[in-house]
Amino acid sequence: MTTASKPSTDSAEPRIVYCRCAYAQVVPEEVKQEVLAGIAASGRGFEAVADLCEMAARRDPQLKALAADDRPLKIAACWPRAVEGLFRLADAPLPTHGVEILNMRSDAAPQVLASILEQPAGVTDTEADV
Amino acid sequence: MIAPATHLPRVVLYEGPGSQPFKGAERLALLAGLLDRGYWVTRADTTAAASDGNAVLVVGCFAGAAPAVVADSQPVSVIDATGLASDATIDRIEVARADEPMNRPNGPDTWKPWFPVIDTDRCTNCMQCLTFCLFDVYGVASDHTLRVENPANCKVNCPACSRVCPEVAIMFPKYHAGPIDGSPVRQQDVAAEKMKVDISALLGGDIYERLRQRSEGAKARFSKERDAKQALSERRRCLTKLADAAQIPREVLDALPTPEEIERRTAAAAEKAAAALAAQSTPATPTT
Repeated sequence: MTTASKPSTDSAEPRIVYCRCAYAQVVPEEVKQEVLAGIAASGRGFEAVADLCEMAARRDPQLKALAADDRPLKIAACWPRAVEGLFRLADAPLPTHGVEILNMRSDAAPQVLASILEQPAGVTDTEADV
Repeated sequence: MIAPATHLPRVVLYEGPGSQPFKGAERLALLAGLLDRGYWVTRADTTAAASDGNAVLVVGCFAGAAPAVVADSQPVSVIDATGLASDATIDRIEVARADEPMNRPNGPDTWKPWFPVIDTDRCTNCMQCLTFCLFDVYGVASDHTLRVENPANCKVNCPACSRVCPEVAIMFPKYHAGPIDGSPVRQQDVAAEKMKVDISALLGGDIYERLRQRSEGAKARFSKERDAKQALSERRRCLTKLADAAQIPREVLDALPTPEEIERRTAAAAEKAAAALAAQSTPATPTT
């Protein structure tokens, strides 16, 4: 699995971000659809964006808010090197710890889902659903 | 062009207390439909986080008055989706959003977000890309490092600047292949990129100087023969090599400005790069 994993010691429930890559067809359609279906059915809260590239180009302040959040962050998007660069371009560099980038461009949906929905130790499903 | 809006329209899909959850298939269709129209969607079952001042559309199946869903006092519109199919809910969201400008995926004037992204772990701030780019995409940050300043100026589907980067530090995330797409850089990729720089050198050392010479040759022929078609044909033939070497799309080459304008822009970019390089090599003045 291709990830940029910088595990956090924080046991808080991670924020989940899903990128649809809506302006290009570089992420396999079936993978991004299956991942979205899995996240949507999980009962967890999450953020889903049309396209991280488009937001980075506009230096959307929402990216800064995501990067500055204290909670761990899991991003389902594409190559970690590219995603990190996009956040930097938007003046919203990702923290060095607590960020995991899952790659829907190279990995199968079940792998991405297993990682993105995995809870840190100490967080129960009940807590996650609140 | 990028839509002038600075915020994405944000929809909060609320399924917490005071509402009924969406059915699984409806939830997925709603999410996919909104994302494919360019929205940002938050799925929440508690109070959603503040949204940096932009308007929020809260959508849920409310069994009465909708609860306070958004944490701060920003403008909120509420849409009750009870009994609505996903298409009908999306229609209501579109109406509520009114005429805010938006860069729609797959729209007639859609701007595909295509621009260079710098891998700062690899970039040495040599400024070759800044010097190479004719479209003012690159700039220099206050710390004299390279910065992608005007992403919207980039020519869609043109990865040419990544071809002149000796460090394979320039990515185009929507490119079809590695390492330009952001996939890990292998040793053979570095070697391949160095080879491409050499190809560029074979074409005349400076790709734009070569282009200028070619264009002037074509222009001279045009003035002699007064045959626009032949001149155009000559220009196309001469540009083929350049296009192949740097993977520049033909439409970008066809749209290049006049040789004089190319020269002016190249000089301006070179001046900017030289200033940045000089600043990089100047030790910072100690503050007292």
